[in-house]
Amino acid sequence: MLDQTPKKVVEREALRINPAKTCQPIGAMYASLGIHGCLPHSHGSQGCCAYHRSHLTRHYKEPVMAATSSFTEGAAVFGGGANLRQAVNNIFHVYNPDIIAVHTTCLSETIGDDIPSLVNQARDDGLIPAGKLVIHTNPSYEGSHVTGFSNMCRSMVSYLTESSGEKKNQLNVLPGFVEPSDMREIKRILRKIGAPAVVFPDTSDVLDAPQTGKFNMYPKGGVTLAAMKTTGDSQKTLALGAFASEDAAKMLQTKAEVPYEVLDLPIGLAATDRFIEALVELTGNEPPASITDDRGRLLDMMLDYQQYLYGKKVAIAGDPDHVIAMTEFMVSMGMIPTYVITGTPGKKFTLKIKAILRDVNPKAKVKAAADFFELHQWIKNEPVDLLISNTYGKYIARAEDVPFVRFGFPILDRTGHSYFPTVGYVGGMRLVEKITGVLLDRKDRDDPDETFELVM
Amino acid sequence: MTQKATTTLKNEALVDEIVTMYPPKVARKRRKHMVPVAPGTEQKIEANARSVPGIITQRGCCYAGCKGVVLGPIVDMVHIVHGPVGCSFYAWGTRRNQGRARKGGQNFLEYCFSTDMQPDNIIFGGEKKLRKAITEAYEIFKPKAISLHATCPAGLIGDDVVGVGREMSEKLGIPVIGFACEGYKGVSQSAGHHLANNGLFERVVGRDDVETDKFSINMLGEYNIGGDSWEIERIFEKCGIHIVSTFSGNGSFAEMAKSHNAKLNIVQCYRSINYMAEMMEEKFGIPWLKVNVIGLKATSKSLRKIGEYFEDAKLSARIEEVIAEEEAAAEKEIAPIRERLEGKTAMLFTGGSRAHHYQSLFKDLGMKTVVAGEEFAHRDDYEGRKVIPTIKIDADSRNITELKVEPDPKRYNPPKTGEEISRLKEDGLLSEYEGMLPDMMDNTILVDDITHLEQEMMIASYKPDIVCSGIKDKYIFEKMGIPSKQLHNYDYSGPFAGYHGAANFARDIDMRVNNPAWKMIQAPWQKRPMIKAEMMVETEKEILA
Ligand code: SF4
Ligand code: SF4
Repeated sequence: MLDQTPKKVVEREALRINPAKTCQPIGAMYASLGIHGCLPHSHGSQGCCAYHRSHLTRHYKEPVMAATSSFTEGAAVFGGGANLRQAVNNIFHVYNPDIIAVHTTCLSETIGDDIPSLVNQARDDGLIPAGKLVIHTNPSYEGSHVTGFSNMCRSMVSYLTESSGEKKNQLNVLPGFVEPSDMREIKRILRKIGAPAVVFPDTSDVLDAPQTGKFNMYPKGGVTLAAMKTTGDSQKTLALGAFASEDAAKMLQTKAEVPYEVLDLPIGLAATDRFIEALVELTGNEPPASITDDRGRLLDMMLDYQQYLYGKKVAIAGDPDHVIAMTEFMVSMGMIPTYVITGTPGKKFTLKIKAILRDVNPKAKVKAAADFFELHQWIKNEPVDLLISNTYGKYIARAEDVPFVRFGFPILDRTGHSYFPTVGYVGGMRLVEKITGVLLDRKDRDDPDETFELVM
Repeated sequence: MTQKATTTLKNEALVDEIVTMYPPKVARKRRKHMVPVAPGTEQKIEANARSVPGIITQRGCCYAGCKGVVLGPIVDMVHIVHGPVGCSFYAWGTRRNQGRARKGGQNFLEYCFSTDMQPDNIIFGGEKKLRKAITEAYEIFKPKAISLHATCPAGLIGDDVVGVGREMSEKLGIPVIGFACEGYKGVSQSAGHHLANNGLFERVVGRDDVETDKFSINMLGEYNIGGDSWEIERIFEKCGIHIVSTFSGNGSFAEMAKSHNAKLNIVQCYRSINYMAEMMEEKFGIPWLKVNVIGLKATSKSLRKIGEYFEDAKLSARIEEVIAEEEAAAEKEIAPIRERLEGKTAMLFTGGSRAHHYQSLFKDLGMKTVVAGEEFAHRDDYEGRKVIPTIKIDADSRNITELKVEPDPKRYNPPKTGEEISRLKEDGLLSEYEGMLPDMMDNTILVDDITHLEQEMMIASYKPDIVCSGIKDKYIFEKMGIPSKQLHNYDYSGPFAGYHGAANFARDIDMRVNNPAWKMIQAPWQKRPMIKAEMMVETEKEILA
């Protein structure tokens, strides 16, 4: 496995090997699926759309509907305006969504297609039925799939948010680039605390839809356009995860003067505490006993199994908001994050991780815009006890025989992530279960008969 | 949803009904891509034409056909994708083309290489970064050869991967082969196959002269999805037929360089590799023969054809022995499964050839194919090679170069005399493919570049027992309550080729079609009338509030 990877690290400037990120539009497509009645549309050649649909499907094992402008060479040279007009007309005629969310691809970005004026023209020409909407975002080459997600969230605000001039007794919550299960759990927590909120985007009941024997092109989930409209009247916006959610929150402030606060993704005990505290402060409601009990159960698990976790060296790779929260969680259990990377570029990431690790492991290798190849080389030089990453880490885990927990996006080879959350106290419990599971399986595998333990 | 057809319609009525759902211009266009099959009549299908924007096609791009399909499976080359990171990322390990390193050789299938273009590379040009990336790859891995693949934005800004390849070949002393396979070229993956064939033919085939056995062949258009190539190799070896090189499943640069020494090319996926077969015949004199190694009867028929070509009594006798033994063993496994599948129906939506090939295998299982379609086939895949002279070359095909091929002064070495080859061609053994249409039955539909709407309506009308397709639509069918099998990457399983493969496939289809869980879609309370309760309790909503 990965036999060609040498131990010696050489500085690379141009060659990306085994990336720990992918491109913006897939994130934009994912965010669009969190709008009720929406058909995402990929404006470019049809390959990008095919790839993005395929990859989301591999992760969710669910239908991922999206259309494409199907550029050919002519469109690449002369612009894709005609293709977009045809697409809009055909989509409304045949598939009848409430809203089309267009994202450009690298190609149409390079060409410089001006989507808003193309859409306006299409509306003037009667191609967009009354009451139907077309919104858009322009991903670029910068950043990663997380940036694309963030950009689509911002576009949702810039197109759909309205202010009636009257404040409503509600919050906006941007959950970040997380699973449908996580969005569902965040909504459950909000309900428990009694915090009325618009959560957007919301892919629960879209990408975790039940088997009913009936295919629904627009499943029941997703933030509704009516709810999106009211986000301008909310009291405050909580943006979970700076990389995925801050831009949209900022846009809400600019556009509708809704103040915002950025929190870490509520993954792990302390980050969830901060989320709950923020809700308590905003609503004045004390958390119900059931939430405090969940917290206590998570803490109980962390302590019950501390002897297997304490001092273990961990490599963490993934999307910045996820990795930041996870690193803090690892530290809170006495584990030692040793290599922490994200494929997404961003100084903020390294600063934040370094701050978390200042007292625990100041020598940790921390890098943004890194890749799995480099992480593997580090591990070859100095092994770790645990690797946490998306599915692509499995190559390294096998090559170096490292216990491995799948976490983040994408997970292509296991089930559960879209159904069971990793956010909140309950999600934390699931993570502890997974982590102790792989560590103890390893111990059971490696222990000689005489020290093989029955009780652990 | 917009669909109307929920009752079963006859094929022609169904097609006519489907197109009423489209705007008139689209209706006219799509009608030509759907053929209600009427056996015994001459029917024509429109193919290899642009997809309609917004229609929800399953197609991918030229780059996917070049890097993803043809080049990617070659294990001992570093394949660098020149573009933003995504194009390369999605083609990393997702197709299930398996491969292993040759003794002492390298295997890069677990790796993904990209120039990860950034905004300044787009603004100022990316060739410099590409050169640097090639140098870095060379220094780290010392590969025998490197391929370069252009993506849409790289092509649009004018980066010349072919030129950079030639320049770096000289500099590094290894072949660095550029493929200008920008995604916008052509109308589907098909253009990429053609480009890939051209590049391999010009830069790889014919490099290494060696002696080969009497019965040595190349296997063209076989990609070792789920281990298919290894099963085919097993059968051929058992017959005494030796494979020089496979294009390109578990492929090797070194072996491809020797492929011009083979005595016959056999073609499995005609769509993706027919170019190579024809160019090798023109340049080296190697004839080609269409086979189908999917299905018991089809595999046996293909082996016999190869025997017929070599005209060697001993080989033919051995082939008959192998067929008898292998068919009997496979049949033993399949027979009890057939009892459970007999009479059931399938729909096949695949890339360029499998919707044809797998009809044979389904026939072996006693199942009927009611709708079959390809994403990126051409008319000859459907109607047979006889229509090639009538296919119009449009602007989208013209941008893919047809290589001018001349007999190689040193290496043109036909394994048979000109007369023998002409006779075998006249007999329809060599250089012939009759396409999928002649094998389709009454009241079925042949469809090209199927759209989501068409899938929904055809399924509603035919109510098939299984739909075979790819990852993008698999879960759509399953949400409809219909089992689905991926025939692009085979889901988790395979091989499905040859005799062992046929038995594997039978088990796989049985598992899906007859899975007891499908009968549990309705909850007990959805199946009976409302019950008069004895207790009065609040609903969930009231309890939660
Ligand atoms: S061109 Fe851009 S959007 Fe399309 S797959 Fe490649 S990286 Fe992603
Ligand atoms: S950018 Fe072009 S080459 Fe890349 S996936 Fe999209 S269509 Fe294909």
